[in-house]
Amino acid sequence: MSTAVEKTFAAPPEVARLQRPALIVGAVFLLLLVAGIFLPHGTGQNQVPGITQFFRSYLLGFVFWTGVSVGCLGLLMLQHNIRGAWGMVIRRVLEAGTRTLPLMLVLFLPLAIFGLPHIYEWVNPQGFHATERSIEIINSKRGYLNVPFFLIRSFIYFALWIGLMYVLNLWSREQDRTSEHGLIKKMQRVSGPGLGIFILSVTFASIDWVMSLEPEWFSTIFGLLFVAGWNLSAFSFVIVVMFWLSERRPMNEVLLPRHFHDLGKLLLAFVMLWAYFAFSQYLIIWAGNLPEEIKWYLYRTRGGWGWVGILLPILHFAIPFLMLLSRDLKRNASKLAAVALAILVMRFIDLVWIIVPEFHKGAFAMSWMDVVSPVAIGGLWLAYFAWQLQQRPLVPTGDSRLAEAMEEHGGH
Amino acid sequence: MSEVKDLKPREDRLVKPPLYGLMASFDNPTDVVAAAREAYDAGYRKINGYSPYPIEELSEAIGFHRTRLPIIVLIGGIVGGLSGYLMQYWVAAVNYPINVGGKPLHSWPAFMPITFEMTVLFAAFAAVFGMLALNGLPMPYHPVFNAPSFDLASRDHFFLVIEAKDPKFDYEETLRFMNTLNANEVVDVEV
Repeated sequence: MSTAVEKTFAAPPEVARLQRPALIVGAVFLLLLVAGIFLPHGTGQNQVPGITQFFRSYLLGFVFWTGVSVGCLGLLMLQHNIRGAWGMVIRRVLEAGTRTLPLMLVLFLPLAIFGLPHIYEWVNPQGFHATERSIEIINSKRGYLNVPFFLIRSFIYFALWIGLMYVLNLWSREQDRTSEHGLIKKMQRVSGPGLGIFILSVTFASIDWVMSLEPEWFSTIFGLLFVAGWNLSAFSFVIVVMFWLSERRPMNEVLLPRHFHDLGKLLLAFVMLWAYFAFSQYLIIWAGNLPEEIKWYLYRTRGGWGWVGILLPILHFAIPFLMLLSRDLKRNASKLAAVALAILVMRFIDLVWIIVPEFHKGAFAMSWMDVVSPVAIGGLWLAYFAWQLQQRPLVPTGDSRLAEAMEEHGGH
Repeated sequence: MSEVKDLKPREDRLVKPPLYGLMASFDNPTDVVAAAREAYDAGYRKINGYSPYPIEELSEAIGFHRTRLPIIVLIGGIVGGLSGYLMQYWVAAVNYPINVGGKPLHSWPAFMPITFEMTVLFAAFAAVFGMLALNGLPMPYHPVFNAPSFDLASRDHFFLVIEAKDPKFDYEETLRFMNTLNANEVVDVEV
């Protein structure tokens, strides 16, 4: 494709202007987070050293934003398989989202090098005052839950994600240059098995990073809950970005109500998928009522966390579900983006509800650092994302299906 | 010889057959969508478009999406969900209470799968039968097929019909209006 076309679809200057404030917010909040290491946290028996609280909060922010990056990768491969018109218009945003994965790998290092003994009971059972019975169970899982294997696995996930990200971005770039038709097939051929790799790697990553916080507990649907959740996070984020772009040149001339209609329908599907997995897990564990399983929900359905547990099905499922039923809302970019933004916030609250009660043995407590951490990592993430988004035209200009996707009477 | 008489131009007939509406034909989708928008903006509501393939903008232009079907489906879903839940409540907590695993008789999580399925089932039924009720299918006879070139609607032509029962319909005025729509031709459609 000629450079003239590339210029026509270049990212608006506002994307570049977003970079610096995002970076500053990220850096300032990161400093706050580091300052928190030198302060005491909690009161009385629940008092913990600053470094412990730092890594608890850091894990929260890290898992949330990794979810957006990895979710973008899953959605990118999904659209290469489905080849819908909606995928054509969001592809460059998804690709920029996946290219943040190296940043998340760098942000994983502090956790990998210093953090593990502070947050994972199985790394340091004595430090967590584990009971004899717990130590026995942890020892029986040593073959899987040991630090070297944990680190090897984590780096394998990143290697797989970054590998898929790399080839898909490389070919997409090549397609811009050469408009070669064969690249469409090539990307599709990688994306099919890629989705399988994605689901398996996200499953294991969620087991390692989140489920192993409670080493005695297990749930077989836990991985799928994260597959759906991370896709939902990424998709909500992408819809917000698409709305923001649709207000500015050049995308205001590309995006039509029917594009947002399609995005809204898929958002509804992801909301339902998340609710389906989340409720399935609850129903099975509630019905079984076994001591080693039910403990996880007892922490989360009583007291203060119980209220969060009631809010989740309402604000994370019922209200977005009912709103997204409306055709008019889905075709209205600003309203759809508002719903997507609310879902993104609820994604974070869901993650808080999954992770934080574990640290407080079910007591309703949160640290200010739990809120600072996602903003710190999010600021860095957004700055990196904005930088990446400017690197390429906002639509895949070399893809032969683009014209159809942009046509007024085009397909879906 | 009465058949021969019938072949004379319509204007000379003593008794005009009742009119279903006026039909304009177009050879491209852009014109028919533009025409439909103009007709809707001019205040016509009993309008319909015909094309060889679905054109979303055409449905949009004639206000087709403003049907009552979504509300029928919603009501179907709510009725299904409620009846599914209440049926289980009545069976498990009222009519035949059995203690299962020490759980309360009214255990809502256990009722959810069937409630969900009943919601889907009733919403689907409401969608199918509501659709049939609203569009009047199956329909063995439709007046538009009386128009001479209407068979092109399944090939490469696009048609717009303004029905005579539209309150704003006035033969002379509507004919004049439709002749301004960039159509190939405008013909009468008999009932």
